[in-house]
Amino acid sequence: MQKNVLMRNSDESVLKYRKSKIKRFLFGSYENSGFLVKLALYFVLIVISYIYLFPLITMLVTSFMSVDDLVNDSVHWIPTKLVLDNFKQAFEVMDFGNTISDTLQLSVLPSLCQVVICCFTGYAFSRYRFKGKAICWGLLILTFVLPSQATMIPTYLIFNEMDIIGTVWAFVLPAVLGQGFKSTIITLVFYLFFSQISTSQIEAASLDGCGHFKVFFYIALPCVGAAFIIGFLFSLVWYWNETYLTNMYISNSNIGHDHSMTTLLVKLTQFEAAYKLLNEGEGDNTLNEAIRMAGTVICITPLLTVYFILQKYFVQSVDMVGLKD
Amino acid sequence: MNNKVKRKNLKTRLFGREANWYAYIFLLPWIVGIALLVIRPLVLAIYYSFCEVGITGRGISSEWIGWKNFQDIWVRDINFIDQELSFLIKVILQVPIIVIFALLAALMLNTNLKGKGIFRTIFFLPVIVVSGPIINELQGQGATAVSTSDQMIVNQVISSFLPEWLVEPISGLFAQLILILWYSGIQIIMFLAILQKIDLNMIEAAKIDGATGWEIFWKITLPAIRSIILLNAVYTLVYLANSSSNGVIDLISRAMIKTRGYGYASSMAWMHSIVVLVLLGLIFLLLKNKPDQFLKNQKRKAKEQRRREREKRRWLADAEKRADA
Repeated sequence: MQKNVLMRNSDESVLKYRKSKIKRFLFGSYENSGFLVKLALYFVLIVISYIYLFPLITMLVTSFMSVDDLVNDSVHWIPTKLVLDNFKQAFEVMDFGNTISDTLQLSVLPSLCQVVICCFTGYAFSRYRFKGKAICWGLLILTFVLPSQATMIPTYLIFNEMDIIGTVWAFVLPAVLGQGFKSTIITLVFYLFFSQISTSQIEAASLDGCGHFKVFFYIALPCVGAAFIIGFLFSLVWYWNETYLTNMYISNSNIGHDHSMTTLLVKLTQFEAAYKLLNEGEGDNTLNEAIRMAGTVICITPLLTVYFILQKYFVQSVDMVGLKD
Repeated sequence: MNNKVKRKNLKTRLFGREANWYAYIFLLPWIVGIALLVIRPLVLAIYYSFCEVGITGRGISSEWIGWKNFQDIWVRDINFIDQELSFLIKVILQVPIIVIFALLAALMLNTNLKGKGIFRTIFFLPVIVVSGPIINELQGQGATAVSTSDQMIVNQVISSFLPEWLVEPISGLFAQLILILWYSGIQIIMFLAILQKIDLNMIEAAKIDGATGWEIFWKITLPAIRSIILLNAVYTLVYLANSSSNGVIDLISRAMIKTRGYGYASSMAWMHSIVVLVLLGLIFLLLKNKPDQFLKNQKRKAKEQRRREREKRRWLADAEKRADA
């Protein structure tokens, strides 16, 4: 009799224990979120990832399709055969060999200059108190808020006076002077990073005899390597993708420059016209979607490559911002 | 004491007045840029907005016409007010959605999931793709929109119980829901960076005291990321305002080249900037840091305490006087 009660008791407790274990597994406990929560999270993340990846994958797939595949409704994800001719044509239409060197000059050079100068500016804003700081903040914000169309023509005139329209300098000069594309954002990134450095570290260094520049180079700079990567990646993307101002200041220069520079993206916006010009006289000269997409793939591939090379540091660096001193 | 004085001296030398000149040295390129490439074009742009500007072969010709441009914008131009209104509605609907989505995405990416590195890589992709004509290509291809049959249903549902003027923007919102997700890359990065900075000990303590995740979010996380919410809202607003897909910007660019010349375009750009600045002001008012209620109460209590003590002292003094008498 007594034994029986004992057994029933232990049975119940075991059952109870198991129940609570299952419950903890499903709904989570104090230190771990539960299985159901995780499942929901994964589901949402995968759905959103799909939304982000879907256009890119369609683009890539379409760029390999033949004309028959494009029209055929049953071909959706996997082309019946890989057509590399699309890419060949797109390369020709965009005059890739000449354009790529121009594009690299027009995006990499200004980005590098912009990052370095924004680093200086961000450091000054985060580290020092100086007269007119409020005004400087105001100007920094103003340059961000104003649409570039407002000051475009005067800027064009100034560039024209300096005789730099149609050259790389039309992009590099503003970047060297800290007024490149969206320089405010990059300055703010550096400002946030520099604010992380504790003042006691700087104090200690200067007690040991470091001057202002030594503090900057030996203490501050090593802490913001990640900001350089973020800033460089952002400005590279912005310069690479800019077409309006490139057209205005560089490609469209009708004032006596024989060779005007141009970028891949500008070529992409003029794709249709260029294609027609190239294939004039041939019977079928309508541009099909596949070639267009091949052009887009060509434009985006260098950026994606840089991104995937740098993304390790980039994703890490987002963690790094959070590092506390 | 001596040590303290020394320390104070060091502080002024490093961060105070004496450090001024070094700040200006770091800021030098930026200040030159502001003077050369911001102030001068700005002044010229303001001047031209009061002018009838024609571009001739030899340069630019301007004729002072006073406030006429601005009058025409508000009284004669049919497009400007229309576009500005639709821009306003778009901002009011999209800014909150983008900011909230970015926050949710950042919260999800900040959890301790397996493979969060991959998800982060995917979620940062929009930063690369979204700026520039590439997204236009994808949009033209229909890769960023919900399918049309779904849209029809949504349209019917909306128009059955919403006022007429709201139907179009909201159905547009549904049509572009996916595009909106694409606009939130940088915002996600910013949120993620600040989320890493939140003190884990505080969350731990709250958990031990029995706070649920919901409560932790509202009481700890949200107050900690307030400044970044503001920053993101401002960034989103400026991005929407200056992106080439905005009708007003399109109007300005067209006016500059085709219809009425740079003077008119410039004054239009100024009006648009003023609208954006007003919106910025509203966002600041909405999201600025409210004074901490707890600290406020403490201060009030301390004040009360001091007043009571003063009264007590006075009463005691009075009592002494009376006793003396």
